[in-house]
Amino acid sequence: MSKMPNYISTTNACKLCKPLGASLAFRGMEGTVPYLHGSQGCATYMRRYIISHFNEPIDIASSSLSEKHAIYGGAANLKLGLTNVTKKYQPHMIGIATTCLTETIGDDVPMIIKEYEREISAKNRPLLVHVSTPSYSGTYMEGFHAAVAAVVDQLAQRPVAANDTVNLLPGFVSSADYRYLQEIVDDFGIKTTMLPDLSATLDGPALLEYEKIPGGGTPLESIRQMGGAKATVEFGRTIGKTKTGAAVLEQKYGMSSHRLGLPMGISETDRFFACLETITGRTTPAKYADERGRLVDAYVDAHKYVFGKKAIIYGDEDLVVGLTSFLAEIGVMPILCATGGRSGLFAEAIAAVTNGVLAEQPKAYEGMDFFDIAEEAETLSPDLLVGHSKGYPLARKLNIPLIRVGFPIHDRVGGQRIIHLGYRGAQQLFDLVVNSLIEKKQNDSSVGYSYM
Amino acid sequence: MEEIALAERETQIYRKGEKPFAISCNKDSLAGAVSQRACVFCGSRVVLYPIADALHLVHGPIGCAVYTWDIRGALSSGPELHRLSFSTDLQEMDVIFGGEKKLESALHELIDRHQPKAAFVYSTCIVGIIGDDLDADCTGMTEQKGIPVIPVQSDGFNGNKRSGYKAACNAMFRLIGTGDTSGISPYSINILGDFNLAGEIWMIRDYFRRMGIEVVANITGDGRIGDICRAHGAALNVVQCSGATMDLANMMEEKYGIPSIRVSYFGIEDMSEALYDVARFFKDPDIMSRTRQLVQEEVQKIYPELQRYKTALTGKKAAIYVGGSFKAFSLVKAFRLIGMDVVMVGSQTGTKEDYQELESITDPGTIIVDDSNPLELTSFLMEKEVDIFVGGVKERPIAYKLGVGFCDHNHERKEALAGFAGMLNFAREVYSSVMSPVWKFVPRKQSGNARRSS
Repeated sequence: MSKMPNYISTTNACKLCKPLGASLAFRGMEGTVPYLHGSQGCATYMRRYIISHFNEPIDIASSSLSEKHAIYGGAANLKLGLTNVTKKYQPHMIGIATTCLTETIGDDVPMIIKEYEREISAKNRPLLVHVSTPSYSGTYMEGFHAAVAAVVDQLAQRPVAANDTVNLLPGFVSSADYRYLQEIVDDFGIKTTMLPDLSATLDGPALLEYEKIPGGGTPLESIRQMGGAKATVEFGRTIGKTKTGAAVLEQKYGMSSHRLGLPMGISETDRFFACLETITGRTTPAKYADERGRLVDAYVDAHKYVFGKKAIIYGDEDLVVGLTSFLAEIGVMPILCATGGRSGLFAEAIAAVTNGVLAEQPKAYEGMDFFDIAEEAETLSPDLLVGHSKGYPLARKLNIPLIRVGFPIHDRVGGQRIIHLGYRGAQQLFDLVVNSLIEKKQNDSSVGYSYM
Repeated sequence: MEEIALAERETQIYRKGEKPFAISCNKDSLAGAVSQRACVFCGSRVVLYPIADALHLVHGPIGCAVYTWDIRGALSSGPELHRLSFSTDLQEMDVIFGGEKKLESALHELIDRHQPKAAFVYSTCIVGIIGDDLDADCTGMTEQKGIPVIPVQSDGFNGNKRSGYKAACNAMFRLIGTGDTSGISPYSINILGDFNLAGEIWMIRDYFRRMGIEVVANITGDGRIGDICRAHGAALNVVQCSGATMDLANMMEEKYGIPSIRVSYFGIEDMSEALYDVARFFKDPDIMSRTRQLVQEEVQKIYPELQRYKTALTGKKAAIYVGGSFKAFSLVKAFRLIGMDVVMVGSQTGTKEDYQELESITDPGTIIVDDSNPLELTSFLMEKEVDIFVGGVKERPIAYKLGVGFCDHNHERKEALAGFAGMLNFAREVYSSVMSPVWKFVPRKQSGNARRSS
């Protein structure tokens, strides 16, 4: 189902453009500088947007194209930019993403890179990978997955010796989520290549010396070996079956892939752990059985506070699907699931995670903006909003709690430290949802209870 | 040791006292240098954004609109249409077949819905390339909708941020001269280049009111289309943030003979001077005496507390990197007022004259830099052992990562830093970052790593 009614203009978009996603993905690879082939503004705007969420430096280079390049092509500036980034940053890799400008003027980036590689000897340049990310199609989520797929396609080699590694492609989650996923696979005893890995590169410690490129990120050598892994686990019910990292590995190397939803809440997390058990033949470590047990206990303790509360959930498609699964299983009623994306798979994914849980299916609309969401909200009278910071004006207008999750979180600190995934993430989200509803009830009461 | 800057950028960095003053500037950013600048679109968007009763429609793919949605602290006393982000959200088919139809439909829809007093239509990188004729489209819509629909030629790649300022001035100039100027006092001004961040223009307007001077149009903080249309009735243009709106003042002088003066509202010295300059212009003894009284009152109000901050902050070192360098002049003086030394100062879009002026008011050894980038800025902060860095959001994590204090002096801020009260806020902001106890934990202040005693 598409957005209804069908407005022409977009007001307060509920999506971001493709090159931003690619920049984020490249940032999670070892020694890599994200590079936008376009005009200077794109890189600067995206840096500002990303910094405001992570409170971390992120350097994104640009071809800084000007008028003459728009007429004659941006090849010369792309090459100059690569040389300058190499000089100043000494990166292992430069991840080059296109923009609407360079896609429209028709720059052939793969060919320009080939030329550059012929002109500059291999010892004087880093690895160069490229991805096509025209801002006029898809959202930053597609850009993120496209960058991951491009890197896998361009780096993973064959033949590599078959190994015991598992490839984990989580998509865009918080730095704390990447850390937690690493902890899980470590506890399972699984050698894993997680691509990308933003756990350190966008959530680093205070430093004495400025790191030109922060430590951490997926090791490039591990990416090269991905073709020899025994399986790939990829999160995302709406990312389609083509052009993802797992799809590339499947097509090129016949590797088995396990496509799961983002492991949010108990049901989706159970699927993830079951998948790890299948791949490894090992049982889930006791630590996680305990986490799950405490979570169930918490669900029971507080179930009455949340039962039947109506929620509007908005944002990136897969995050909304995961949140919907989680909220439905605790007794909240998702009434509107809204996304700015247009995968064509959103409603189906929402139905898949709520079937048998909810008596009534929520509205699940693609191509929504915040004008549409606000309009829907008028008749739905929700009790809470769940999504990123940009829903705040609506929450304020409706005088209901906003549960801040995902990206961007521009009006609170610590967005990068929120755990959304697994039993631990569900525990944190659950406490947050329950306490927000209690707080609302407490504040709205004239009595002033200190005991709820 | 590795060179701080790429060879092509060396002429854009000057250290006072090392050799005769020379700096190159106002150039396109160097590819791959990770400039802190944005683009032409950004320049136009920041200038026009605060006009609160206009529709601001960004014609292009979604990015440009979404990254500029409600990001500034530019307040309005009435309508808040400027805080919404409107886009034509061009898709692949629009890029192939052209975006004009979609633009026209979007304008119909949004103008009918919001009833704005005017609409600004911003072009983005691909608009010209896909063959959309924005001028013709806007002319057509002006006739159909009965409000000014004004094209802003802000294709991102078509120059740098300064070109965007010019495009915004051109857009506003189309409005000026269309309004009724009857009843405007001979003692009247337009305020150019204040964007009402955290309510600053309200403070400035109050000063002028107390002096007995009428403000015709705010350009553009808390701005209104109707006021801008009659701005040509004012006797004087008072221009702050000269990079952004000086072009408009010049155009108004040429066409309407309205003179202009350049001012800054930051710091006691420049704030007072701004009011005196305006008073002197009108050559009216009553205005001058009211101005003297006002300055005296305002300075008295903030002086004691300011002295307390000065005592604590004396000898601390500051670095400045801002968009326009005119603001940097005031900041250098404001820091001096609270006993601090500025050891590095730079801007994204300064002119040769601006940097010359900076050279003349800074101490020997001060680094002056044009269109800098994170690696250069980092090396300057470390070399000069800076206590506080003044900049915008993009500069903040550079400071914090190294354990250096920070003061936000850009468009996103929520603190009023202009005017007399703003000087006190500024000192308080600086004080609360420099004097925070958290620095004792950061690596550069830990024993063994200490670069100086503290």
